[in-house]
Amino acid sequence: MSMINYASREINCKLVYYGPGLGGKTTNLEFVYNKVAPAARGKMISLATETERTLFFDFLPVDLGTIRGFKVKFHLYTVPGQVYYNASRKLILKGVDGVVFVADSQIERMDANIEAMQNLYENMVQHGYDLTKIPFTIQYNKRDLPNAAPIAELQAALNPGWPLEDPAKQRPVPDPYHESEFLVAQQDGQWIERAPYFEAVALTGEGVFDTLKAISKNVVKTLG
Amino acid sequence: MSGASSWSFREDDARRIQAILSGFLGESNARTALIVDRTGQMVATAGESPAFDATAFASLTAADFSANDQLARMLGEPEFGALFHQGERESMYLADVARRVILVVLFDNRTTLGMVKLRVKGAVSQLTRVFTDMFSRDGTSAPGVESEFLGEAEDEIDKLFGA
Repeated sequence: MSMINYASREINCKLVYYGPGLGGKTTNLEFVYNKVAPAARGKMISLATETERTLFFDFLPVDLGTIRGFKVKFHLYTVPGQVYYNASRKLILKGVDGVVFVADSQIERMDANIEAMQNLYENMVQHGYDLTKIPFTIQYNKRDLPNAAPIAELQAALNPGWPLEDPAKQRPVPDPYHESEFLVAQQDGQWIERAPYFEAVALTGEGVFDTLKAISKNVVKTLG
Repeated sequence: MSGASSWSFREDDARRIQAILSGFLGESNARTALIVDRTGQMVATAGESPAFDATAFASLTAADFSANDQLARMLGEPEFGALFHQGERESMYLADVARRVILVVLFDNRTTLGMVKLRVKGAVSQLTRVFTDMFSRDGTSAPGVESEFLGEAEDEIDKLFGA
């Protein structure tokens, strides 16, 4: 899905961090920027308001190095989370190769999470993309807060799974990141698939690279 | 159909595009011409090498163009086919190519906006032919990456983002 430039031997993959306002999307990128080897990353660009709310997007290019003769780069974007910035949010999804949904675990933000998830599905459809067919990962952020909702509750609301119609794919797939959980499973006679999820505290960096690793590996798989 | 449309860019595409851009720069006396795709990736550059961060520049250009596209629709226009940003010394002119990529022209007082606009038209129509060809053939003939690529890419991801 990514652009392969055979002339400059470059592959660029676009990863978009989506989610409700103040959920920690920008914090994810800032942590990556601060921790990744300086030689491997470009300049981080933030189009933000004076109060540091994302107005249009944040952008961080990360260079994976040369693999089999190709320079592989990940372009990390965030969208503005606030509801009324939908027009700009939609623009950023153009050409997306992988989506990370950063959910705010706080119980009070459940409605905002659900609204943002619905908005993501709608905007993807409007671009002609199918979220169930491209790399997609969910990050439950702010796990350290006392008012964080239980994971089971967040999963039920935000990651209930989508029906898997293809008989070839209808077999149990264990979740490599969570013991005795499944990404593909049969539920009430229906095969369903869920997005991989991670718990995180983006402020301290917990879970940030786990999320990024998972989504970038899934994106790389689509190149083969 | 799954995610974004995929397309590849080959060496012969690059040569054709370079030839068009070089011809345009010679005729218009502009400094630099860049091709940026609508998702924010730099596709080609010609003329004087830009001194700025080209990756960041490409992402901002695509965002700028997309935002203006939406503004056009609000005004009842299908699109703004071109944009012009004027600076004291340096200016830029952006033109749509085949609704998929953007031609960005950087120029200074060695030429004029009128001259750039005049010459851009020919370049855009030639580029449109090249890109229309590229998009129509894609998905079937792209050679793809080698089979070892995936494993090595995963190793690099572990190294860079922590195993």
